[in-house]
Amino acid sequence: MNGTRVVIVDSGGANIASLEFALQRLQVPVTLSADAGEIRAASHVLLPGVGAAGDAMARLRANGLAQVIPRLTQPLLGICLGMQLLFESSAEGDTPCLGILPGRAQRLPPAAGRPVPHMGWNTLQPCAASPLLSGIECGAYAYFVHSYALPLSEATTASCDYGLAFSACVQRANFFGAQFHPERSAQVGARLLRNFLELH
Amino acid sequence: MRDGRVVKGVRFRNHRVVGDILELAQRYRDEGADELVFYDITASPDGRGVDRAWVNQVARLLDIPFCVAGGIRSVHEAEQVLAAGAEKVSVNSPALANPALIGELARRFGTQCVVVGVDSQTRDGDYVVQQYTGSEAHVRDAERRTLEWVPEAVSRGAGEIVLNCMASDGVRHGYDLAQLAAVRRVCSVPLVASGGAGTLEHFESVFREAGVDAALAASVFHSGSITIPELKSFLRQRGIEVRI
Repeated sequence: MNGTRVVIVDSGGANIASLEFALQRLQVPVTLSADAGEIRAASHVLLPGVGAAGDAMARLRANGLAQVIPRLTQPLLGICLGMQLLFESSAEGDTPCLGILPGRAQRLPPAAGRPVPHMGWNTLQPCAASPLLSGIECGAYAYFVHSYALPLSEATTASCDYGLAFSACVQRANFFGAQFHPERSAQVGARLLRNFLELH
Repeated sequence: MRDGRVVKGVRFRNHRVVGDILELAQRYRDEGADELVFYDITASPDGRGVDRAWVNQVARLLDIPFCVAGGIRSVHEAEQVLAAGAEKVSVNSPALANPALIGELARRFGTQCVVVGVDSQTRDGDYVVQQYTGSEAHVRDAERRTLEWVPEAVSRGAGEIVLNCMASDGVRHGYDLAQLAAVRRVCSVPLVASGGAGTLEHFESVFREAGVDAALAASVFHSGSITIPELKSFLRQRGIEVRI
């Protein structure tokens, strides 16, 4: 992976260390940055996120990245809340998001035996060809922690079922998203990250 | 965990060293564990916080979620552990001493980060909570009924309950199915069974009969008497959904 310059967008969350370590396990050097120039110069951009959509968007607006991210042309992977931010809006605090993909994150409906947040291992059902999912089989387990989710859409490349089907992976042009945490999803997550880093 | 080593006792006493933290973490990762829990068992009785250096080393190694328990008495201490790479923190004795801590942690980090561990003893046909169980010299009755403390912890913001049935711990005669089933009825968040696993069938029965969401075990894995791959293929054959 010569010439790979991976930048994790410093979105201010507490769990960025896990993602950094996952990339280090893949022997990939990685920089944590909120600097527009550094992010534009990256070969691959990761947009993680935990916490509330409104707080995350406020931070991206405050440092100008809400303007920068939609115009990026290199591969970008949004993870968990980072994936939700790629869409038009989130029902969480009725937050306008980056608007790169059409759709709105909705709150998962809680039910008996299905507490929200949806937390734990669940299976992926790939439903469209995507380089991100190369080698990841139907029924592979990934680790989820979230209370909001994107409905299925044309951008969906893998779905997951938690009472209702939602988008587990999405793609539009150079923008990719994973609702689960690849950094905590054992070999399946490592494969997805490796697939992402092999994109050009 | 004690003094940088992994230890295991019987009924919370007579702890013996079973191995190195990182070696065991790597072994269980490679065997297909779904989640690891690290208990710093003497942190609360000694009145000190968790030493963070090993949390960071474990986080570099593990590609599965892990939870850190022991001596987390404040939002600040939890933040350090989570920033070092842990997925969840588990509070036990400090939550009994200061139940408001559960809500403070949930508001700051989300309920999904907050596990409440409950060490429960059977007494006179009821279940009672014990405190400072990591030290034989400090263990004491928390003066709370388990069936009242669990729903209180959930209403304060616990996203998960780990119920350690102390009479069963380390003796490998099976999980305390009656107690777990009773707690299941009053626990609306994921419930993890802990204490007593000795055979493959014990795991099957705790899922089937007590309705728990996950089963935690230590002795059988540390000793090698059950391996995680054999356990998972057994459970799958018996029709219980597991990640393989």
